Amino acid sequence: MNSFDFIATSIEGYVALIELNRPRQLNSLNRKMVSELVEAMETFDRNDEVRVILLTGKGRAFSAGADIDEMTNDDSISLELLNQFADWDRFALIKKPIIGAVKGFVFGGGFELALCCDVLISASGTEFSFPEVSLGVMPGAGGTQRLTKLAGRTKALEWLWTGERIPAEEALKYGVINKIVAPELLMEESMKFAERLANQPPLSVRLIKDSVNKAVDTSLSEGMQYERKNFYLLFSTHDQKEGMKAFIEKRKPDYQGK
Amino acid sequence: MFETIRYEVKDSIAWLYLKRPGSLNAFVSQMNREVKEAFKKATYDEQVRCIVITGEGRAFCSGQDLSEVNEKMDHGQVLRDHYGPMVKQIRQCEKPVIAAVNGVAAGAGFSLALACDFRLISERASFLNAFIHVGLIPDSGNLYYLTRLVGQSKAVELAILGEKVTAAEALSMGLATKLFPLESWENDVADFAGRLAALPTKAIGLIKRSMKATQELSFDEYLEHEAQGQRIAGLSKDHREGVSAFMEKRKPVFTGQ
Repeated sequence: MNSFDFIATSIEGYVALIELNRPRQLNSLNRKMVSELVEAMETFDRNDEVRVILLTGKGRAFSAGADIDEMTNDDSISLELLNQFADWDRFALIKKPIIGAVKGFVFGGGFELALCCDVLISASGTEFSFPEVSLGVMPGAGGTQRLTKLAGRTKALEWLWTGERIPAEEALKYGVINKIVAPELLMEESMKFAERLANQPPLSVRLIKDSVNKAVDTSLSEGMQYERKNFYLLFSTHDQKEGMKAFIEKRKPDYQGK
Repeated sequence: MFETIRYEVKDSIAWLYLKRPGSLNAFVSQMNREVKEAFKKATYDEQVRCIVITGEGRAFCSGQDLSEVNEKMDHGQVLRDHYGPMVKQIRQCEKPVIAAVNGVAAGAGFSLALACDFRLISERASFLNAFIHVGLIPDSGNLYYLTRLVGQSKAVELAILGEKVTAAEALSMGLATKLFPLESWENDVADFAGRLAALPTKAIGLIKRSMKATQELSFDEYLEHEAQGQRIAGLSKDHREGVSAFMEKRKPVFTGQ
């Protein structure tokens, strides 16, 4: 993989780790960083040795948001021509599970990036916020859409309108994050979860993500059909045969992602 | 840098003196802010392993300075803006915090003492929930802590009757950790603080974290919280030091790491 300026990547076992790497700027997201992130994720998505992607930030914050300096001179037309959010759309196309390990500040674009993850594990004391409103704008990379799908319209409006900081406990209560762990153990616990997921049959994990994401976007009857097709599809995999055989033989299955 | 308080770090102990003796160390909003800032400083200062807050002169703290009170103000907003952030900052601190109550602790001064982990009291100390006498309710977390410290029935008495609690009574109802005589007061407080500062600071922080969790979590959730806490403690240098000192039959030297 290419070397990156604003992120760091590594692979441990089946888990690919991506770290936002501008700790002194609290990992504020510039455009290059976002395109590096997309590139890294797509590369890991195609790498057979990788089963789970773990995303976190170096330093004390996950990400304090977009790099405002980069945007002050933009106008509607320059933004339209730049089409920077096209990069963001590609996060949604990643097929492997993305686990976000978040801490400190998860603000603005950083919050939107976190919402692109499938599972969020948060250090206690973490604060989430969409402060865009206080700058005379609003989230533009999925914040209003993804937050509303997770937390519902009631809380989404309140948080987006006020820009207030949401404590991790509140984020947990409204289904924005999966769990809260002690800050000292954030990486250890997130890695544990990632490894647990990496030991599940990869094609099941992949098609479960595909099906659940379908549910967010479609009618129940269409979703049911979609699920059924994916269910049938798994019956032509090696891992389905291995899984059921191991169950009958009362032994641990050996999943190969085939 | 501070005007209403004095802040010093000596031998791993942060000393925070309320410094408005002319008004019995009454709170003005600047003092709320400075206490909060000092706690923040002590929390992030790696040299500091124990924090002591005490009053200069004959009082610990007499509560809100009434000269700053304007009856048109929103009493709730004063708490949200000044007292709440201060007691939250203290609650966030994972280092041991001592209130060295050298004299009267009234109103929000009582609340300040309650927000600390230990209350060391001198013979001159007293506690007073004065709020009821002006038709207000105990604030700045007062009842939250008081109920847990002395139980419901005693807390109700102190809050509603608003009677002064003497040093001896405070000790017997579990409000205070230790009562020290006047003549050795400063040395006794320094010794106690020194003892705390020499303990495994990380473990103390994790104990405080777990104590808070008991108030917020279900039993099953608490057990998971506890397991995480023990994992962190088990990785600490002080744990290793404690174990080797035990094996080598010597006194452990903890560094707080």
